[in-house]
Parts: sequence; C-alpha cells; structure tokens
Amino acid sequence: MSLCEAEKTFVLHGVEENFRLDGREREDYRPMELETDIVLHAFGSARLRLANTDVLVAVKIEIDVPFPERSKEGKLEFFVDCSANATPDFEGRGGEDLAVEIANTLSSAYRSKHAFDLTKLCILKGKKCWKVYVDILLLECGGNLFDAVSLAVKAALWNTQVPKVHGVNIDGNNIELNVSEELYDCDRLDVKNAPVMVTVCKIGEKCIVDPSVAEEQCSVGSIVVAVSGDKFSTVLQTGTGSLHPATLMESLKLGHRVAQRLDEALWATLRQIKPGQDVGFLK
Amino acid sequence: MPQKIQIRLASHRVSTSVAVNQRYPKIFTPGEVITSQNEFMRGHGTYEENSDLKASVAGVRQQVNNLISIRPLKSRYNGEVGDVVVGRITEVQQKRWKVATNSRLDSVLLLSSVNLPGGELRRRSAEDEHMMRQYLQEGDLISAEVQSVYSDGSLSLHTRSFKYGKLSQGVLVKVFPSLIKRSKTHFHNLPIGASVILGNNGFIWICPIINNSEDGASGFIQNLEEVVPRQDRETIGRIRNCILSLSQSKMMLYDTSILYAYEESLKYTVPELLVQEAMVDVAILTQQRLCMLEDT
Repeated sequence: MSLCEAEKTFVLHGVEENFRLDGREREDYRPMELETDIVLHAFGSARLRLANTDVLVAVKIEIDVPFPERSKEGKLEFFVDCSANATPDFEGRGGEDLAVEIANTLSSAYRSKHAFDLTKLCILKGKKCWKVYVDILLLECGGNLFDAVSLAVKAALWNTQVPKVHGVNIDGNNIELNVSEELYDCDRLDVKNAPVMVTVCKIGEKCIVDPSVAEEQCSVGSIVVAVSGDKFSTVLQTGTGSLHPATLMESLKLGHRVAQRLDEALWATLRQIKPGQDVGFLK
Repeated sequence: MPQKIQIRLASHRVSTSVAVNQRYPKIFTPGEVITSQNEFMRGHGTYEENSDLKASVAGVRQQVNNLISIRPLKSRYNGEVGDVVVGRITEVQQKRWKVATNSRLDSVLLLSSVNLPGGELRRRSAEDEHMMRQYLQEGDLISAEVQSVYSDGSLSLHTRSFKYGKLSQGVLVKVFPSLIKRSKTHFHNLPIGASVILGNNGFIWICPIINNSEDGASGFIQNLEEVVPRQDRETIGRIRNCILSLSQSKMMLYDTSILYAYEESLKYTVPELLVQEAMVDVAILTQQRLCMLEDT
C-alpha cells in the first residue's frame, strides 16, 4: 500500500495542526490490549495488540555454559519471526532485514546491566547458567512495531517463571543440578528496569509517537529510543532522512518523556493480572 | 495535554455485539449441512455432497424461492455491474491502469473509459498513452463505477461521469464489503460538513465537501496547497472513528447510520472514540435509533 500525494499532504497538515487522522494529538498512543501466559508450554509468554499491530512473544529457558569472558552471567537471546500472514511483504525472505534489525536493537537495549541483570541467571560461576530465548512472532503489522515488540517482550519476561535450583552435585567435571520439579516452585525475573522502546517519527517539521502505517509512509525518518528506568539504553535511527541536531535532542526528550508514561501504564496493567484469566485467541 | 496511555487486559475486553434482544441469526460454518432435502437449488457459497446441501463459507443463509445461498461476512469483493468502487492504482500499463479494489484480482481501468481533459468525445491518440502517468499514477486513489465483469471475475471500471475520478485530500477507511448497504447513491454530502463515498468494495472515502464544478478536467487535478481547516478535519476524524465503531459491531453502513452514529458520538472527543467502551456505546445507541426509525 502506498499513499498518493494528496493523502500524504492531508496527514502532514494534520500533524502540523496537532490533530491526526484518528483525532490523536502528537504524543497520544492508540489503546492497546495485553495478555500474558497465553502459550502453555512456554516458560513465559505475552501477546500485545496495538490497533492492528499484533505481537506474540514466548520465552523459553534452558541450562547452558556461560561465555568464558563473562563467567558470572547468564545468556539472553532474541529471535524475531515475521509471519507472511502479517503483510505480503514478509513472504519468502522479505521480513528478514526487519527481523534482524528488531532483534539487534532489543539485544543492545538489554545489554546494559542497569537494564537487565544477567548475573541473576548464573547458576554456577563459569560452569552453568540459564539461557533465555525470547521468541517474537509478528502476527500483524499496523505500524509502530518497535514499541509493541518491546512492551510485549517486557510483559513476557515479567511473566517468565524460572525453576528453582535446590542443589548442585559436583563430581570432577560432572555437574548435576537438582532442579525443582514442582510446577509453582519458581522464581520470577526482575524486569523493573527492562527497556521500553518508543519510536519518534518525524513528519514534516514535527515529531509524533505511535505512527500508524499511513503516517509511517509520510515520515522521512524516525528515531527509536529504548529507555530503561530513566536512562537511555539504546538509540537507533531508521529511515532515509537525516536529522538536525536540535531536532534530534528534541525527539530524544520526547521519547524519554513518553517512554516513562508508557512504562507506568504497562506496570499498572501488569499489576492487574490475576492467574487463570486467560482468554486466548479464540474469542 | 496528551491522553492517558491505555493498556487493557484481554480478560477485560468488551463485547462488541449490538444484537437486539440477543437475537442472533444462525451462522453456518464451512462444511455444515444446510438441508438434506434435495428440492433446493445450489446458490453462491454452497456445495452438494452426498445429496446434502452444505455451506462452503461462513455466513448467514439467504433464500429466494428454491435457491439457497450463504452470504459470508468476511470476503473479498465480488463486483457487479453498476457498483460504485473506490480503488488505488497499482500499475500503469499500455492503454490501461490496474486498480486494487479489494477483489481477488486487480481491476482494469481502460484509457478509453476515462474522460480525458478537453471535451467529451475525442480520439485517444498515442500521445494520450504517453501522458497516462500524468493523469493517474501508482498510489493514486480513484472512485469509479463497474462497467463489466470479465469471465475470470476481474472487473472493468469506468469514470465517464463528473462524479467519478481522482480523489484529493481525505481519509480512506477499509471495512468488510458486506457491511456497505446498497443504495441509489453512494456519494453523500453529509450536512455535518463532509463528503463520504461508500464504495461497494468496502473502501470508504471521507473528504471535505466537494463543490461539483462542471469542468471536464477537474477529474485529474489535486490541490495540494490547500490546507483543510481544523473544523473540517475534526469532522472527518470523527466520521472515520464512527465508521470504525459501526463496522466493529458489524452494523450496516449507509448515510443514516453514519449520521446517527456521528450525532451519538458528540458526547465524546474524537480521540476518545478509539477506546472500546465508547465505540460500543456509539454502536448501541445508533442501533437503538435505527430500530426506532424502523418501528415508526
């Protein structure tokens, strides 16, 4: 889908006027819907729907050997899969570039120890650690993928249950872990500072957040900021256009402000979750 | 002042149903037996197996005398001659444009079925062929009428009237084609200050009021300099959100239902109409008013 010039003009004037196509202001988000614990056989999962953007995230963990240079840390890996159901553009290898870009941005956002403490995933220094696989499936694209993915990832990690390790038997080079067999004998991950990403989209002279597909087409470039707590963890520029330093500073400030509101809203929702409320896809 | 960011839990989802007295029509699923009596004729959306008549799509049953057909809610657009459609140009070819109209195959707009600038009847020269991209290029939106249906189901369109042609500034909304109510006219200048084109293919175009100036060239000119004033923009945004509210609750779309929804929505601000509760509320109130209109 590509817009014609007149439609683009209409969007552009709307952004100038601070009244977008659906009536939102420049800093407004579309309502979202969140659900956790949706994949039964995963350790943690979440699904987030933002207008037409639909993201499913599942977390899987397994025991692994830590990297020799980071013997005290566990591992965290992201994988993004673009389903061809989302948009015909993803058919074949079409979505690969986008998938790699999202996965790389996520891993760089989570790399800092202020954002996510990997040492908590260590079981036995230098020998055993947990490896966390975060699998992200894009089911539908309605614009603003980065924000939706980051929120869904945070919710899925919040939902993840890591089995407790009760004891370790070391016999020479043989290490045996005594992992709890109880279903509910689990630890939660600490995701308090897990980063939230905000896409700041530059349309004309102004910057907006949460662009729809039409607005993404009108933009010359956008900046994705990942904010953890009150600090930036990653900044990424997408699109072809370049930004004036003043605009860049402005959009960073905007992204920071919005990310904190977004984080607050996510926590308010996560606190409401009670077990056994799952709805699933069919309804 | 930006609005609060809303993240709702799936378990708190609101039901979008607006059925009166909870009366739902029976919905057949593909493969479901409609009838075992073989005096009925097989219509669209059905097939015969082991002397049973079965549904091939998910939808409601419609019967005309002995002919049974199943009308699906969600489907691609099946065009009929005379339908008004809104479409987007996807390709410029020799002597024809390809138009995406939400059907299974792209529709065709022949160079000979458009009104070119400078007079009603004139020969299409080779020069016109070279100029085709100046008239309509990829991405442009047009309104047109279905001229004929080819044997493979693809449509041939024409814009040989002043009301059809290239669309200028406005918003396109996409809904299911089955939600558009067929009526005498699909072009509406609503008294609230906006024009709406309800394409039979489920594409709805909302734009500021069009002044029908009767010069032949107007069909290909877009005014990109003109800024749509704030008030028009709010009306357009509100109509857009109202149409989405109605279509979310699977209500038929025509001028009256859109007008009623607009009037009922006035107690909300435009961005508030993105919230589920407000959308369902508008749909229910509209449904009630439409029922009252039917009763009297």
